[in-house]
Amino acid sequence: MTLRTALTGVTAGLALALAASTASAQAPVKIGLITTLSGPGGYIGEDIRDGFKLAIKDGKLGGVPVEVIVEDDALKPGQGKQIAEKFMKNDGIKILTGIVFSNVASAVVPDVVDGGAMYVSPNAAPSNFAGKECHKNYFVVSWQNDSLHESAGQNATNLGYKKAFILAPNYPAGKDALTGFKRFFKGEIAGEIYTKLDQTDFAAEMAQIRAANPDVVFQFHPGGLGITFLRQYQQAGLKDKIPMVVAAPSLDATTVSAVGDAADGINASSHWNTDFDNPANKEFMAAWNKSFNRVPTYYASQSYDTALAIGAALKGTGGKVDVDALGAAMRKADFQSVRGKFKFGPNQHPVQDWFAVKAEKGADGKIAIVTKGVILKDHGDAYAAQCKL
Amino acid sequence: MTLVLEQVLNGLQLGVMLFLLAAGLTLVFGVMGVINLAHGSLYMVGAYAAAIVAAKTGSAVLSVLAGLGAAAVIGMIVELGVLRRLYARDHLDQVLATFALILIFNETTTLLFGRKPLFVSVPKMLEGSVELMPGFTYPIYRLAVIGVGLLVAVGLYVLINRTRIGMLVRAGATHRQMVRALGVDIRMIFTLVFGLGALLAGLAGLMAGPILSVQVGMGEQILILTFVVVVIGGIGSVRGALLGALIVGLVDTLLRAFLPGLLRQVMQGPDADALAAGVSSMGVYLLMALVLLVRPRGLFPAHA
Repeated sequence: MTLRTALTGVTAGLALALAASTASAQAPVKIGLITTLSGPGGYIGEDIRDGFKLAIKDGKLGGVPVEVIVEDDALKPGQGKQIAEKFMKNDGIKILTGIVFSNVASAVVPDVVDGGAMYVSPNAAPSNFAGKECHKNYFVVSWQNDSLHESAGQNATNLGYKKAFILAPNYPAGKDALTGFKRFFKGEIAGEIYTKLDQTDFAAEMAQIRAANPDVVFQFHPGGLGITFLRQYQQAGLKDKIPMVVAAPSLDATTVSAVGDAADGINASSHWNTDFDNPANKEFMAAWNKSFNRVPTYYASQSYDTALAIGAALKGTGGKVDVDALGAAMRKADFQSVRGKFKFGPNQHPVQDWFAVKAEKGADGKIAIVTKGVILKDHGDAYAAQCKL
Repeated sequence: MTLVLEQVLNGLQLGVMLFLLAAGLTLVFGVMGVINLAHGSLYMVGAYAAAIVAAKTGSAVLSVLAGLGAAAVIGMIVELGVLRRLYARDHLDQVLATFALILIFNETTTLLFGRKPLFVSVPKMLEGSVELMPGFTYPIYRLAVIGVGLLVAVGLYVLINRTRIGMLVRAGATHRQMVRALGVDIRMIFTLVFGLGALLAGLAGLMAGPILSVQVGMGEQILILTFVVVVIGGIGSVRGALLGALIVGLVDTLLRAFLPGLLRQVMQGPDADALAAGVSSMGVYLLMALVLLVRPRGLFPAHA
């Protein structure tokens, strides 16, 4: 009982201290960034954190002083929920962002928007929040999950492939991937395999691909899975026989540096690339190269854009943290995206262009991702029509 | 026909990798009575040490030595520093302590080498594929992995059944107090057994480098399958670990390879694919349940 009394006392004290701090006019606006920093997906969270912080100039976003609080969800939905609760109840945070994986987002986002705070996604955007369950406090700056793979399907069609063999892990985003690809691929599907999320050996799948002898292979294996897949694809001698088309997550800068030659010649589709020729991107790349000794992944670019979008919203409200006003200001998307064109669709998901990119050996002998052309123009997503905002 | 053969080789190769991990785990478990969850971390240590030395020196021999050495030395330090205090304690304490070790190893690796997966190339002499039969080629590297694994199996058999050290290990496992009463330094034996287990985990890790993604947390992915192997084979038995590993490797690979095709003959395409994906990912666990039902102590229990 005494322990409980003591705890109550401490909590009350903290609440008072918090009230005092939010009362002062000069206090920076707090932004809660929940992301995955530990485990195999950790490099993604690292780029999301670093990309976000890169957009903050002299401690300000859109001219308003901000403070970013970062926490690691360890790819556990439960842990993500707890952090979100702590952010909202203890720290009084109204703006949350940062989640990498769809399963964590699915658990956290409803709590955040129902709790009267806003969530701005720099990455994960599962289909259920894009349609009927869209919410006025929920914004996505990256893409809707399916769009990534729709662009890959269109890319395979444009490249003239007629017979595709498709693979993805057996989990919701994997199923979204194959659905998205099939939605835009006009040819025939020679085979369809769901792999396991913890699979380390793809030899069995390689043998099946060889037996089916398709024109093209489409695979969605994010992070370490994709590195393993590409390396084994090369070792099985398939790389020079059957071309591969993938979406951005299976060919990010980290994957390319980890697999080396195994990435050479792979066609991918992306909404952003390091070589985009626009002032915002040049500024981003210059700032990034000054601060970090690695090639940024597209995750970093999305997170940078997310910070800019939040900055634009804060500027719009003059630094006032009123969620409805912030949402109204954010909907205008009044910022220069590193992707060039960017606007929000009716479900507050992006409407943007998708580009064909390819991994090629540069003059220095290193593999780099090079932009080839436009695949889809002003592409939204298949769920926007179901959203009534 | 060649497809079946290829898939059998794939299954063997996965089995051999699992054996290298399971052998160490089962020895430590059977001989010392310790559940070592951090076994996967030693696999990661081996992979990282080999990858980093290979990147710095470009020498395959040096990188193999580094991988083996780092895993064995760190394994023995862990035994001396942590596990030695846990032998007399409850299994739950051991699980907690070795789980803490996993977290410590992962975070330390992140601090030292960052979160990006490392690149490891296949050694020059093992590059490419070889034609085993007309129209049937197989990567040389994978054949080499199978060869090394089988050699280790033979070596372990000789070591445990034909040498004095092996005799002491077996004796220590069954009658610890008696061996000590006879004046044998059982503590040193334990340290050596643990070091050997770590060495084998390191070997598996360094061989996995060119095939898989070398990154933080890679040990935990394979650890679960390794425990399945140990349970199927019988705790403490190296023979059981070998057989269990080959069975698990083959069952896992063959189910993934052929179940969708088989089901598609009796069901609609998409339904067959969904069911096959589900059943093949459950396959090895179903097998484990079956084995436990028929032989609760595994196929080759060490102390029958």
